Order: sequence, then structure tokens, then C-alpha cells
Amino acid sequence: MKRHLLSVNDLTASDVVRILDTAESFREVGTRVIKKVPALRGRTVVNLFYENSTRTRISFELAAKRLSADVINFTTSGSSVAKGESLMDTARTLQAMGADAIVIRHSSSGAPYQLTRWVSGRVLNAGDGTHEHPTQALLDLYTIRDKLGRLEGLRAAIVGDVLHSRVARSLTFGLVKMGAEVTLVGPPTLIPPEAPQWGAQVSYDLDAVLPKLDVCYLLRVQRERQRQRFFPSVREYARRYGLTRERVAALPEGCLIMHPGPMNRGVEIDSDVADLPRSVIEEQVTNGIAVRMALLYLMLGGAGEGGGA
Amino acid sequence: MAPARLMDAAEVRRALTRIAHEILERNKGAQDLVLVGIAARGDDLARRLAAEIERIEGTRVPVGVLDITFYRDDIGLRAEAPEVHETRVEADITGKVVVLVDDVLYTGRTVRAAMDALVDLGRPRAIQLAVLVDRGHRELPIRADFVGKNVPTRRDEQVRVAVAEVDGEDGVFVEEPGAGREAATGTGGRR
Repeated sequence: MKRHLLSVNDLTASDVVRILDTAESFREVGTRVIKKVPALRGRTVVNLFYENSTRTRISFELAAKRLSADVINFTTSGSSVAKGESLMDTARTLQAMGADAIVIRHSSSGAPYQLTRWVSGRVLNAGDGTHEHPTQALLDLYTIRDKLGRLEGLRAAIVGDVLHSRVARSLTFGLVKMGAEVTLVGPPTLIPPEAPQWGAQVSYDLDAVLPKLDVCYLLRVQRERQRQRFFPSVREYARRYGLTRERVAALPEGCLIMHPGPMNRGVEIDSDVADLPRSVIEEQVTNGIAVRMALLYLMLGGAGEGGGA
Repeated sequence: MAPARLMDAAEVRRALTRIAHEILERNKGAQDLVLVGIAARGDDLARRLAAEIERIEGTRVPVGVLDITFYRDDIGLRAEAPEVHETRVEADITGKVVVLVDDVLYTGRTVRAAMDALVDLGRPRAIQLAVLVDRGHRELPIRADFVGKNVPTRRDEQVRVAVAEVDGEDGVFVEEPGAGREAATGTGGRR
């Protein structure tokens, strides 16, 4: 494995398998009365979040704590960043404090990469702008493999705001790497023109895609990232691309319904659809902890190329 | 150089039968016993012991498998994070007598880690240790309760236990340093 996790493309297919297999062992830890193992005692993990995120931050925090690492949560409000500190100076401060790993979320694509220039610890991208969100993709791959038993040959659709979605990019790269077929579905304004180069198909017609899917992955309509209007109205979006009861009926039996959260119920997914047994949205969250434990363990559990502890 | 055979399949079988008898004798039966094998190969030996105990006593003893990776004392000292295996101890071990089962007892560090792992799963009334081979060179104050065979070794030798379930045959071998194959099968002490 590479030193940092910035993109799903930093990983080989065998790296992905190793991470998912390791996560399998960590899921057992989550079922214990004492949900903690001493594997990363004495290591320090910094959560550096420049964007609000509840689930990803808590998931990383729990993952690090269950490995007995010390966790520092650095959020931008009420910190030196609110006083105007640059990313570089924050990074140097964390470096001086001896952070072994930095989990960064930033609204600018590429910020995690910049961070690697200034720190000696491992950097984990927890979402950067509209670029990538590799740990989300890995927990999705884990959930799919856990539920369907394999990844190779599966047919998945990723539906919605692909243009602004770092989840869509990372998951597409991950699924294609593992031999699955991916169709990106959404209004033409929300499908990036370079999408075919990701190895995915493109469709503007959700109803045509539904009947042959193994995985139907819905993206959140990210209104906060849309500076211009990409579709006429939320209602029209929901009518053409929302997963309704009727559309669920067109899915093959056993097709998983997934969503990275947080959901806009009634927009990209109907409220009662989100609560169907075949929707594995809560499992995605639970598995996220095990997958992040696996990543932290694999990245911090060795001496690394520097040698020494 | 071919590895020297310390125990053949029949000797392994007899040693396990004797250990099963000793476990029953020490604990006055199979009541409240839980066998927990340390992955890898300790779990295979634990299942063999459970089968022996069932044959002798007619009691089915729960068997679990323990992965001690998270509890190792050398995490971060090796270049790569050690590979993780499955832990599955379905029986409640609180108040029970847990017999830890491993293939080779060497430095004692694996057993130390296993005891830490066990107490995270519950509070056993007692923990006992059964090993197929004790090769000496302890680095911690740990002693086995049940030993298949004591084997004097040099530190640079590799003691390898083969079990039919994984390796296709039963046996204990000692290999000269650099003789290879240690990646394929269990080597004493997990160094």
C-alpha cells in the first residue's frame, strides 16, 4: 500500500481485497462487549475537518478509538483556522505535535495532496471538494461484497449528482477496479463530460437502467455545491431520478439500495424506500467503522519505510 | 537440507490424546471447559482436542479461535502491519476454565497477547495452556500446563507444526535457518 490514501487509484485491486478482508476481522471487534483492541496504542490520529461532517468524522473517531489510538478533533470553527491560519501552518503545527496520521476533509479538491508535502505522518483523504472520498468507496465496496458475496461482474448504477460527487468518482474507480460494471445515471447537466474515461457507462434514463441492476446507489443532491441551477426544480428531479416505490418494483429481487448519507428523503430517495429491508444504508454506516479501522491499522500498524516506531 | 522430523502423525495423535486425558484429569471432567485455539493451527489442534474429549468423556466442549494480532507487542516494529485473522469465540467465557491451545510455545509473547485478548472477551475463572511442542527460550514468565513434547532447540532453528487440515499431513519438523517454507506453514513463536 502507498504511504497515503488520497484516491482510490492509490490502491491496487489486491490492496482493496486486503483492506476488505482486514475489515472483516475488525467487524467482529464491533460486536464485543469491550469494543476496543490495543493495536494502535500510543499513536495519534488527528481529524482535520474543514467542512462539516458528522458521520465521517464520528466514524473515523470511533475507528481510531477502538484501536486505542489517541484522537484529536480539529474543526475549523473555534480554532486557529477561524483566526486566519493557512492550511500549511496548521499542517506544520500538527507535524510539530507529532501526529501519526491526519484525516482531512476539505472543500478544495487536492487539499489532502498538499498536506502530504508538509507532514511526515500518513494522510487519509476523508473527502476533498468534488475530487474523491476513498474511504466511503471502500466501505461501499465492503458492504456490497458482504451482501452479494462478490464484486466482479456486478452491475451497479450510481444515480444523481455525479458532477459534484466525490463519492461517485471514488466508488466508480473502485467498482471498475474490482471488475464491476458501472452506469452513471442523471440529468446531462450533472454527468461530467469526462465520465466515460472513468470506465463507466452513462445513461440519462433511470427507468431503462433499473431492471438489470445488482446495486442501485443514490447520490445526495448537493444543493450547497451547486452554484448554478442544474435542473429546473427539485420536484422535477425527484420525478425523473428519485427512487420511488414504483421504481423499486422494477429492480431485480436482491438488488441493493445504497446511499452515502445524509439523505434528502423525498428527493433522491422516497422515505419508505430508504427503510426497505433491501436498503443497506445503515449497514454502510456500521461497516464504515470496520473499514476505517482496517485502513488505520494497515497504515499505522507497520513501521513504514522510515523504520522504527 | 531436509527438515528433521520430531514427531510423526501417530506421535501427534498420541500426544493430543494424552493432553485430552490430562485436561480432563486436571479439571475433573469437561464441565465448564472452553477450548480456545490461537490462529493459525492452534485452532485446528483445539478442535482435535475437543473431539478427543468428546470421545473420552461424551461431552461436547465449545471451541473458539483467537487471533492475537491486535495484542502483539511488536506492532509498529515490523515493516508491515501483521496480517489479521478471524477471532470467533461464541461461548461466553466468563466463569469458565479456558484452555488456550497453540502449536508451539517459544518466547511466550504469543501467549501473553492471547491472555490479553481473552480477558477482553470475558473473565474466565482460570486460563490454562496446552501446546503440542515446547521448544524453550522463554522471554516471559509463562509455562504450559499441558505439553505434547519438550524439544530442545537453538534459537535460529524453525520449529514447524503441520496439521492435516491445512498442510495435508500431521507432524512436527525442525528446520535449519533459511530453509524456507516458513511462510507456508506455522512457525513457532510467530517471530
